[in-house]
Amino acid sequence: MRRITTWLLSTVSVLVLLFSYHTSTNSAGAGVVAVGESGVGGTDASTDDTGSVDGDASTGSGTTDGGPSGSGSSSGSGSSTDPGSGSSSADGGSSDSGSSSSAPSGTFTGDAVQTRFGPVQVEITVRNGRITKSVVTQVPWSNGRDQEINSVAVPVLNDEAVQSQSADIDMVSGATYTSDGYRQSLQSAIDRANL
Amino acid sequence: MTTAEIPVAPAAPTPPVLGRRAWVEHVMGTAVSVHVRAVEPTRPDIEAAVGRVYAHLRRAEAVLSTWRPDSDLLRLQHGETDDVHAWVADVTELCLEAEDRTDGLFRAWRARPGGRTVLDPTGLVKGWAVAAAAEHLAVVPEVAFAVGAGGDVVVGAGRGPVAAAPAWRIGLEDPRRAGAVADVVTVRRGAVATSGAAARGGHVIDPRTGGPVTRAGSATVVGPDLTWADVWATAAWVDPEHAGRLLGERDPSYRLVLL
Repeated sequence: MRRITTWLLSTVSVLVLLFSYHTSTNSAGAGVVAVGESGVGGTDASTDDTGSVDGDASTGSGTTDGGPSGSGSSSGSGSSTDPGSGSSSADGGSSDSGSSSSAPSGTFTGDAVQTRFGPVQVEITVRNGRITKSVVTQVPWSNGRDQEINSVAVPVLNDEAVQSQSADIDMVSGATYTSDGYRQSLQSAIDRANL
Repeated sequence: MTTAEIPVAPAAPTPPVLGRRAWVEHVMGTAVSVHVRAVEPTRPDIEAAVGRVYAHLRRAEAVLSTWRPDSDLLRLQHGETDDVHAWVADVTELCLEAEDRTDGLFRAWRARPGGRTVLDPTGLVKGWAVAAAAEHLAVVPEVAFAVGAGGDVVVGAGRGPVAAAPAWRIGLEDPRRAGAVADVVTVRRGAVATSGAAARGGHVIDPRTGGPVTRAGSATVVGPDLTWADVWATAAWVDPEHAGRLLGERDPSYRLVLL
C-alpha cells in the first residue's frame, strides 16, 4: 500500500512538474490543473499530499492566467466545496422535480370526442394542481340550432368542470364507466394533469 | 465576564417534497389510473411495479372475462377445458362467501335461458383484481399509491415511511350530475367502491327479483379492502337499509355513504 502511494505520489509529482513546465511556456495551464486533480482523485491514501500538489498547480494556473485571480481562488477552494455544491445541486434538482410534479401547472387539451352532434374538445388550465379554468375549444357549431344550444350549454359545462375541482381531489369514485366514458370523465382530467 | 449560551432550536426536519406521477391504461373494459407519490417518482423500481399492476389486471381479464370467449372461465363453462387458472376457483369461492355475507344481496349466479345457472363473477372480479394488483406497489419502498379502476379506488403506501402515508382525497361523483363531486373522503390506506346507476344505467341486478335496480343515486363503501368494499357497495345499492344493517354487524370496519 505504502509502495503504491509513493509510486502514485511520484507519478503525480512528475506529472505536475511536467505540466508546470508547460504552463510556464504556454497558457494551457488551466486545462492541465484539471488533469492533475483528476489523476490524484483516484487515491484516497494521500489527501494531505495532494493538497500541496493542488496548491502548486493552482498557483501555477493563477500566474499563467493572470487576470482571473478569481478562477485561481475558485479552483483552490474547489476541492473542498465541490462535494458541498454537488449535494446542494442534487437537492435542488429533486425539490425542483418534486414541486413541479406534485403541483402541476399548465394547460392540457383533451382528445376531441366525437359525439352524435359533432366533435367536442375541452382544454383545462391547471395551476398548482388545481383546475383554474376549463375552456371548450371545439363544439359543434354548424347551424343556428347548434349555436343556440351551445351558447347555453358550454358555459354551464365550463363552470362545472371548475366547480367539481374546487375540492382538490386525487381520484374519483363513482359508478363504473367504460373505456369510452373515461375520456369525458373528471378522472381523465385529473390523470392528464399528472401524466 | 460570563458567556451566555443562546439556545438554538434544532431545525425541524423538513418533510420530503413528494413528486407525483400518473399512468392510465385501458384494461377490463375500463380505464385504470395509477397515481404514485414519491420523492423521485421516476424511479425505475416504481415504473416496474406499475407495469406489474397492469400485467396483473390483464392476466385477470384473460382468465376471468365474461365476454372474451377464450377466457379460462368461459372455456370452462363451455366445456372446452378443465385445466383453468387457480383464480377461477378462488373467485368462485369468494362469490359464495360474498353471497353468504350479504344475505344474498350480492349474487354472482345468473339464470340463463335453458334453465342453466352460470357464474358471472363480474361484480366481484374488478375489485378483487385491482386489490391484488395494487399489492405490487405495496412492496415497493418509499412510495404512496392510488389505483382507480372505473370508479373503484384503492390507496396505500409501500414499505418505509413515505411521509407517514400521505392522505388521498377521493371525490365521490354526484350520481345526479356527471362530472360533479358530491362528497370527498380522505383515505391513507384502504379502498373506496361505488355502485350506482349513473354511468351505465340499471346495470346491477337485484337477485331477489331478477330485475335491474332502477333507483337514482349511488352507494359508496369505504373500508380496508377493495374486494369487500366493492361487494358491499353492490349489496347496498340493491338494498341500502338491509346492507347497512349487515355491514354494521358483520364488517364494522366498512362505512357506507349513500348519495
